[in-house]
Amino acid sequence: MSILEQYAQIVGDDVIDQLQQLAKPLRGKSVVHVNSTKLGGGVAEILTKLVPLMQELELNTDWQVITGDEPFFQCTKGMHNALQGNQVSLPHGLLEHYEAINRENAERLRSHLVDADFVFIHDPQPAPQLSLCPDRQGHWIWRCHIDASHPYRPVWKFLRPFIEPYEASIFSLPAFAQALPHPEYIISPSIDPLSDKNIDLPPEEVREVLRQFQIDPDRPLVVQVSRYDRFKDPVGVIRAYKMATKFHPDLQLVLAGGSADDDPEGVLVLQEVKAEANHDPDIHILMLPPDANRTINALQRAADIVMQKSTREGFGLTVTEAMWKGKPVIGGDTGGIRLQVVNYHTGFLVNTPEGAALRIRYLLNQPDKITEFGHKAQEFVRENFLLTRHLREYMTLMVSLLHGGGDRLELT
Amino acid sequence: MLETTTVKVLPMATDNAPFCPPVAADAFAIKDCALLAIATGKKATTLKELQAHLSSIDIDSIYLHVWGSLLEPQFEVREYNNHFASWARRGLHDDTLAERLAMVDPNEYADLEELRQEFLEVMAERLEEREYLHWAQATEPFEFIRSTIVVFDTAKRVEQPEELITLIPHLSTSSIFYHFIDARRRLPVSQDDFRFWLTCWGDRYAELNHHLAAIDPYFNGLTTIRHQLATAFKQYCPGNQP
Repeated sequence: MSILEQYAQIVGDDVIDQLQQLAKPLRGKSVVHVNSTKLGGGVAEILTKLVPLMQELELNTDWQVITGDEPFFQCTKGMHNALQGNQVSLPHGLLEHYEAINRENAERLRSHLVDADFVFIHDPQPAPQLSLCPDRQGHWIWRCHIDASHPYRPVWKFLRPFIEPYEASIFSLPAFAQALPHPEYIISPSIDPLSDKNIDLPPEEVREVLRQFQIDPDRPLVVQVSRYDRFKDPVGVIRAYKMATKFHPDLQLVLAGGSADDDPEGVLVLQEVKAEANHDPDIHILMLPPDANRTINALQRAADIVMQKSTREGFGLTVTEAMWKGKPVIGGDTGGIRLQVVNYHTGFLVNTPEGAALRIRYLLNQPDKITEFGHKAQEFVRENFLLTRHLREYMTLMVSLLHGGGDRLELT
Repeated sequence: MLETTTVKVLPMATDNAPFCPPVAADAFAIKDCALLAIATGKKATTLKELQAHLSSIDIDSIYLHVWGSLLEPQFEVREYNNHFASWARRGLHDDTLAERLAMVDPNEYADLEELRQEFLEVMAERLEEREYLHWAQATEPFEFIRSTIVVFDTAKRVEQPEELITLIPHLSTSSIFYHFIDARRRLPVSQDDFRFWLTCWGDRYAELNHHLAAIDPYFNGLTTIRHQLATAFKQYCPGNQP
C-alpha cells in the first residue's frame, strides 16, 4: 500500500485528493530539505515521512543533512537556546567555527542546492547555506521550528543577516515570528499518525509497558511526557497530583522524560522532582532513552488524563500526540498549548498546580467527560495537526511563491 | 509529459476590472482552495492600538480576521463571528464592544474597505464612551495576520443542480468555504456561488434559492454549513421531489 493510501485511511480520500490537486503545478519540480540530523528531534521526525509523501506526489524531493563536529553542535545548541530567550553567550571563535563548518557543507551541498526549484532550510544550523550559494536558481525558504518570539538579542543579531535574504520564512505561530524583510508564513507543526510514537498499539503491548514499570492498569493514571526542565513544571505536576489524591487516593502519576545526564540544569530539576515525590510508590519518575517511542506511545494510551503543565512552551507536540490518542489534556495556559487545548472541549488550560488538581478531580469524577473530550481531541488533531495538513500548507506556499507570492491565485 | 497548469490573478468585485463569473453559465465548476496565514508583525494590546493598526492594515488581513475563523478549528457554535469581536471579549474583556463588533455584517458593505470603516467607527464610538479603553491593556495581544489563498479546479463539473444533492456531502470543507463564503467577496452582489448559478435557471429553483439564502454563514462551522446545504438541495430541488 502506498503512503498516500495509508494516509487516506486515516484522513479520508478528500484530503488526499486535495493534496494531489495542489501537487499538479509542482510536479517535476525539485525540492530539497536541509537540516542537521536524520535521526532524533521533531524536524527529522517530520521529514522522515514528509519527503516520501512529496515524492509520491511526484515532486522531485531530496533531503540533505549538514555535518559538523562537536564544537559546531555545541554552538548550534546554544543558538537554539538563545532563540528561545536564554542568555547564551557564544564566543567569537565558536561563531567563526559555525560559519566555517557551513562553508564546508556548502561545498558538498552546492550541486544539490544550486538548481533546486525550492530549498527549505530548517532551523539555524544550516541558515548560512543561502549566502554560500550565490548562483542559486530557486525559491529559498527558512523554516523556523523554534519559538523565536523573544530571542537573546546578540545571537539574533548574528543570525539575522543570514536569514534576511531568504524569499520567505515559516514560523509555527504568529507570536513566534521576528520582524523580517520578507513574508513570514504561519504553518503549525504536525504529528505523523503512522510513526512509532503515534501508531495504534495492540492492548497487550500497552499492558506490557505498564507491567514493566509496575503501574496498576486498573487504577486511574495521569501522565506527563516531558524532559526534566523547569518550564515543563514537573514539580507543579507532582503538587497537583498530591492535591488530587486527597479525593482520589488510588491515583497514579507518571512523569516520563529523557535522561538528564548531559544537561546540568536537567540534573538539578530531576533532584527537585525526586525530592517532591518523596518516594511515593505511585509516582513513577521515568528516564527513557531517546528512541523509546513505542513506550511513550503506550504510556500516553494507558493514561486517563495527559498533563502538559508547562509555564512556557513552543507548540507543544506532546499535547497533539496525547490528543491523537483520544486523551483529554490539562495544559499550561501558554504558547501553542492554547491553540490545542480548548476548555470543556479537549481539556483544560491551567495556571497553577491548584488549577491542575481541580481539573484532574473534575475529569475523574465524570468519566463520560474523559471519553467525550478525548473523542473531540482526536478529531481536532485529525483535522488540524496531522502531517497531511502540514504538507498541504507547504505546497500552498510553494505554489504561491512559484507565481509571485500574490494574495490570491487561481489555478486553472 | 508533465501536465501544464495556468495561473491567473483573479480580479475582485471591488476592482475596476470587468466582472467575470467564476462558473460557466451551463456548468458549475467545483473548485477547492487552500488558505495560508502570513504574519504581519503588527499587534495590539490596547483598543487604541487595534484601531490604529486596523486603519492601515492590508485589506487581506481584514478578510482573514472576518472570515478566516471559519477555516479554524472550532467546536460547536461560534460565540463571535470575527476575530475583532472575539478579542474584545477575551483579550480586552469589554462585552459591549464585543457585541457591537460581532453584529457588523460584512454582507452589508460593498467591499472590505467599507467594512474596515465600519469596524473603525464602532471602535471610535466605544473609545468615546469609555475613557479607560484608551490605555487599558488587554490580557492577550491581537496579532494581525493576513492570508494568501490558492484556488484550484477539481475538474468536477455539474450540469444540473440535482447533481449537487449527492455531490455536496462529499465536498471538502475548503471547497464549501470557496463556494459559499469566499464567493461573497468575488461576486458583485453578496451571494454564494450556488445561488448565483441557480439564477441561470430562472424561477425553477426559486424556492431552493430562498432556503439557501437563509443559511447563516456566521455561526456554524463549515461541516455544519455543508450539511445545511446538502439538506436544502435534497428538500427543495424540484427534480428530487416525488
